[in-house]
Amino acid sequence: MSVLAVRDLAKSFGGVQALAGVSFEVAAGKMQAMIGPNGAGKTTCFNLLDGQLRLDAGRVYLAGTDITGLPTRRIWRLGVGRTFQIAGVFASMTVAENVQTVLLSHRRRLAAFWPRVADLYRDEALDLLAQVGMAEQAERSCGVLAYGDVKRVELAMALAHSPRLLLMDEPTAGMAPGERMALMSLVAGLARAREMAVLFTEHDMDAVFAHADRILVLDRGRLIADGSPAEVRTDARVRAVYLGSDAVAEAG
Amino acid sequence: MEFVAVQFLNGLASASSLFLVASGLSIIFGVTRIVNFAHGSFYMLGAYMAWTLATRLSAGPLGFWGAIIGAALAVGVLGAALEVTILRRIYRAPEMFQLLATFGVVLVVEDLALLIWGPADLLGPRAPGLRGAVDIFGQRFPEYELLLIAIGPLVLVLLWLLFYRTRWGTLVRAATEDREMAAALGVDQRRLFTAVFFLGSVLAGLGGALQLPRETINLNMGFATVVEAFVVVVVGGLGSVPGAYLAAFLIAELHAFGILVFPKITLVLIFLVMAVVLIVRPHGLLGRPFVGLPASVVSPAAVLRPSSPAARWVGAIGFVALLAAPFALGDYALTVATEIAILVLFAASLHFIMGPGGMVSFGHAAYFGLGAYAAALVASRLAAPMVAGLFVAPVVAGLAGAAFGWFSGRLSGVYLAMLTLAFAQICWSVAFQWAELTGGDNGILGVWPPAWAAPAAAYYYLAVALSLSAVLLLRRAIRAPFGYALRAGRDAPLRAEAIGIDVAATRRIAFAVAAGSAGLAGGLFAFFKGSVFPTYLSIPRSVDGLLMVLLGGVNSVSGPVIGAIVYTGLGEQLVRFTDYWRLAMGVAIIALVLAFPEGIAGFAARLADRRRGAPAEDAR
Amino acid sequence: MLRLEAVHAYYGRAHILAGIDLAVERGEAVVLLGRNGAGKTTTLKAAMGLVPVATGRVVFLGADIAGRAAHEIARIGIGYVPEDRRIFAGLTVMENLAVGRQPPRRDAPTWTVERLFGLFPNLAAMRDRPGGRMSGGEQQMLSIARTLMGNPRLVLLDEPVEGLAPAIVEEMARTVLALKREGLTVLLSEQNLAFARLVADRAYVIEKGQLRFSGTMAALMADAAARTRYLSI
Repeated sequence: MSVLAVRDLAKSFGGVQALAGVSFEVAAGKMQAMIGPNGAGKTTCFNLLDGQLRLDAGRVYLAGTDITGLPTRRIWRLGVGRTFQIAGVFASMTVAENVQTVLLSHRRRLAAFWPRVADLYRDEALDLLAQVGMAEQAERSCGVLAYGDVKRVELAMALAHSPRLLLMDEPTAGMAPGERMALMSLVAGLARAREMAVLFTEHDMDAVFAHADRILVLDRGRLIADGSPAEVRTDARVRAVYLGSDAVAEAG
Repeated sequence: MEFVAVQFLNGLASASSLFLVASGLSIIFGVTRIVNFAHGSFYMLGAYMAWTLATRLSAGPLGFWGAIIGAALAVGVLGAALEVTILRRIYRAPEMFQLLATFGVVLVVEDLALLIWGPADLLGPRAPGLRGAVDIFGQRFPEYELLLIAIGPLVLVLLWLLFYRTRWGTLVRAATEDREMAAALGVDQRRLFTAVFFLGSVLAGLGGALQLPRETINLNMGFATVVEAFVVVVVGGLGSVPGAYLAAFLIAELHAFGILVFPKITLVLIFLVMAVVLIVRPHGLLGRPFVGLPASVVSPAAVLRPSSPAARWVGAIGFVALLAAPFALGDYALTVATEIAILVLFAASLHFIMGPGGMVSFGHAAYFGLGAYAAALVASRLAAPMVAGLFVAPVVAGLAGAAFGWFSGRLSGVYLAMLTLAFAQICWSVAFQWAELTGGDNGILGVWPPAWAAPAAAYYYLAVALSLSAVLLLRRAIRAPFGYALRAGRDAPLRAEAIGIDVAATRRIAFAVAAGSAGLAGGLFAFFKGSVFPTYLSIPRSVDGLLMVLLGGVNSVSGPVIGAIVYTGLGEQLVRFTDYWRLAMGVAIIALVLAFPEGIAGFAARLADRRRGAPAEDAR
Repeated sequence: MLRLEAVHAYYGRAHILAGIDLAVERGEAVVLLGRNGAGKTTTLKAAMGLVPVATGRVVFLGADIAGRAAHEIARIGIGYVPEDRRIFAGLTVMENLAVGRQPPRRDAPTWTVERLFGLFPNLAAMRDRPGGRMSGGEQQMLSIARTLMGNPRLVLLDEPVEGLAPAIVEEMARTVLALKREGLTVLLSEQNLAFARLVADRAYVIEKGQLRFSGTMAALMADAAARTRYLSI
């Protein structure tokens, strides 16, 4: 069974249809990319999936359970991790503390007033940071990290509650090209090892075609393609959206 | 019926005055995003300057109206000067520091006014030609009030014409919506901001000057007015001029009729209306959500590191000094030390929500005062022992804090700060007006500790023991998981929700804890002073707390402790050496803001880092 | 007219522009092509003074304007039309135009409201409509008209046809060509190659904050490898 199943998702903002009739599934252990031009509705789709926005219509199922309309934190507890397009880390904490905070939340221990965070789940946090190659920077403030490193911390945070589904909104934006491939390989490896489904948006087409098992293409709120990288690459409608392909350039 | 009509007219006249001040505040906020606490001081200056001009100039209409207009323009120039000399340097600083700077200006202006015009209330001349009264429904109604009634709508229309029929007004409205885009089209923000400050200050000055024939002029009129103007601006919607008139009308009529129907709770009523409006329409009656208004008004904070060995030594030495103090200090110095010990807890409790929580409270004294009253009432009405009073104080205040947290819902930033102000004013007016229970202005007297705690040294040890324990517990909580949850909600609220944190609930708990701690400080203060008064929950005390926290540095766990000691100690010294301690304090605050926008502790930490050669990335 | 020399810029800590060199001559229409996130918008914003230039020079009419305030840059004749239009929603069409107004310049086309209504007939019919109640295409027209009110020497157009319906894209192409005929110099950023091909004389292709291609539009159209490499999927 697919980890995530989305049926007829719709959302409009002040009369502008941001998403309409979007349906797709994501399978366990697979990397699924969602691509499309700016304003196609990718981030809106993510915000609907993790409960930050209320959807107008449609259903979202996580491993068969209907999670439509639940608040973000409930959806997280059910096993949906997320990284943000504009990296969301806690800037006033160290790298390790960011991950520790997630671990504390996962274990429902954030209401405690007495124990020192410094002593809690530290090894586990360092272990996660080692997986994303950030262990050496564990004591640095998240507020001063290079952008690519912030993205890696976000990934460690998203992995901390062992999600069944990981949503990654432009995980490599702002990273150097070499770093991008390394990060995506890392995520792909983790997805397979943990049987975790990954849905990601990405502008770097090299990264998309190198790592996605399946690709969804959105344009103006509608799903115009859903298939393997090879299928998507040869799809005429996709080529029409991603101008620069020969067909349209000549037609223009 | 006739009486109702006249009361309605009275309300309209007050609405005009209120609108003049509030519209200026609203315009300034709309364009510059600065919450200008000095606006009330400009109102007061308008009144004082008009008095001086009117008494110097000829007694005729020309002299009187010349004085009114001249005073308004002079205040406008002062406002522009404030913008150019101080505020322009700190537009990029966190909002709280802009507020702090305007607080500094309030203090300076208050003492300058004292210096120039003296402490006595001044009575201005009546308006020539408008000294009489007219017959309305058989009741006498002053002509000058009729004029005032007309001035409000007139200014509203003039402002409308200015904003909607001139190019300058169009530029102001454009800059209010999107400053960056306006700049990209060639609009010079700096000149626009100065001009807006001039206009807003003229309106405040005019509002004050027009009070000349109506009421006596005194040094307290500024602060009272700015608080009411805030209520009007928030109820009407930040940045909306018609909203300001609507709200001024509403508040003034509420006042006029409230006095007839519920004389005891008029003030409560007004702040209740504000609270309801904010809860139902979080952006005010005619307001729109502001783009780019930060949810947190505190600068992005730095990492908390374990205390350095040096800091531990300072702490240990401080602890020994605390224990030894009664042997070294005289009785007077010991009472000062006791007061500081109590206020340190007050400041630390406010810091708990402001620093890690990122929520600014303009009304934290409410919880301090509630604790004080709870302790005093338990002691005086129930004749219960002091221990019971000190137990009840934090409980009552904590419950009030929890109730406030529940009401405030998801408000944040300036709007939350305004609601805290409203809540504090409600508490203050209850204490002030419910005289049967609270003794009103006379307060509750004779709240003394039992014999074992009566000696200065004994009460000192008691206060230090309780205050120190509470402060250490708060510090511990900041380093515990709860503190991390709170900071997570401040640093990145969406992210916090996306890792399972209920940000609103976390903030509510923090509010209750901070309120309880402030309540304990209030209880200690009640038995320390032997009495409680409504001033314990008044805005100036809330401002004291804010200043302590901001002086110490919001991003530092030790900040509130240092801030409370410096602020109280400095105040105490200044009072002893000069009558004009507010002036000195105000200048000091402005200088501190301009020099160290991170607070004293933050600055010291950075200095220490630099000396160690460590990367200057974290403050403590 | 405009020259960027080794411009570096950051957005927060992200290094967005890593040494951009480009030039726009008087009367030209030059397009900056690249995928999302390549650095097109940042390049235009850096030229406009809306993003700080970390190192490098921005030379306009012989003077280095890097580090100047946006309003000063606007006043020496660079107009900027942002990607998201940024119409003042509470201001009417006429008021939006009024905000952009600047005195005429001798060496740039002079625009009046009436001339602009000739260029954008749709706008003439909605003079008093608030900007917030216009369609995306109408807002885009207004955004361009508002910038032209400043009688700019050079206009920076950031993805002018993004999210617009095909019919409006054509209209936009005609508009940009009309502006060029008036003698206006245009630097635009685009992802839409078909649109770029209609309006631009020369092209730069930007990827990951660096220039990958520079040449005439015809040369780019002839270079299928470059197009596929940098622009297509």
